Amino acid sequence: MEINSFIIFLAAIFTSNILLSNFLGMCSFLSVSKEIESSFGLGMAVFFVTTLTTILNYFVYHYVLVPLDIIYLQYIIFIIVIAATVQMTEMIVERFSPALYYTLGIFLPLITVNCAIFGVSLFMVIRNYNFLQTVGYGAGSGLGWLVAIMALAGIRQRIREKMVPAGLRGAGLTLIITGIMALAFIGFSGTVIIQ
Amino acid sequence: MSAIKVFKEAAFAENSVWKQVLGICSALAVSNLIKNSLVMGIGVMFALALSSLTVSLIRNFIPRRVRMIAQTLIIASWVIMIDLFLKAFMPEVSKELGPYVGLIITNCILMGRLEAFAAKNTPYLSFVDGLGAGFGYTFVLLIIAFFRELFGFGTVFGLQVLGSWWTPWSIMVMAPSAFFMLALLFWYIQNKYYLK
Repeated sequence: MEINSFIIFLAAIFTSNILLSNFLGMCSFLSVSKEIESSFGLGMAVFFVTTLTTILNYFVYHYVLVPLDIIYLQYIIFIIVIAATVQMTEMIVERFSPALYYTLGIFLPLITVNCAIFGVSLFMVIRNYNFLQTVGYGAGSGLGWLVAIMALAGIRQRIREKMVPAGLRGAGLTLIITGIMALAFIGFSGTVIIQ
Repeated sequence: MSAIKVFKEAAFAENSVWKQVLGICSALAVSNLIKNSLVMGIGVMFALALSSLTVSLIRNFIPRRVRMIAQTLIIASWVIMIDLFLKAFMPEVSKELGPYVGLIITNCILMGRLEAFAAKNTPYLSFVDGLGAGFGYTFVLLIIAFFRELFGFGTVFGLQVLGSWWTPWSIMVMAPSAFFMLALLFWYIQNKYYLK
């Protein structure tokens, strides 16, 4: 059955959020979400790179790997595509928009090892999306990640001064907040479903 | 430094999950069943030990500028082998783990240990360090998976331990419980070992 690519886009943001239901991109999510500004910078970079690399990997997979029968090399090829895209993005942004580079620049190298981006490409292959669905899924996942990290950063800024048990400070409390956010996002399930 | 000390330090004192908060993604994603956790943990252990060994063997020949990409490619090669092995010998588990085996490549624990240890030490010690860090990771996974499987399905390792009177907590099968369980584990360990 063909699922509308717009539905996949919405589902990737809300019901099967790449971070809250597939747990991808946690490392940078936990370490960068202290400030809203830097979260927004990283989130935008992830959104941009995820959309771009998912589309590129779609073409690489269907027009290079499948015809040559070297699907078993997909991990290495995908990683190389992602690393190259990040490097290119960094150079282009630096050349044409120094202001944007100032906001995104420091986060771009971090992104090469962000598992959300690699994971979206792998899910795209496993779920057999066609081109439009791939675009919807890539953009939706990136946007979903941005939404999640912005929400967390907002909450973390509010509770910074509050008293919390010493043992929960840092990662522990962040994980509990994320868990509650994941519970809230489960509330969306039932509106749209993708698999 | 003796090998046993290196192993213990990597597995517990410097545990990548609770001390450095790395590798959380897969720790949360595959911890709903003990079986999946065990396979995933052993996979990470092998990938980590073997890539540590490889990186350590060629550490003096890699130019600094291309170090990261070289390490990523070494990890990716080992992970491909593990993935093929699982597909051949454990097709069901491989299907359940889905993309998470491939995602070992971007697991921050591997990059972290390679940078922090294997790039500076001898092959033998690096191999032991990789095994230790992988063991520490498996250990965390198994603790979380034990509770999630027990409360979520009433089973341990697929065996029914809680009788038919038990109502499974569906929350334990879903995503949020993984976050809560890991947070509780962090809390316990912080209180027990680090806040004295």
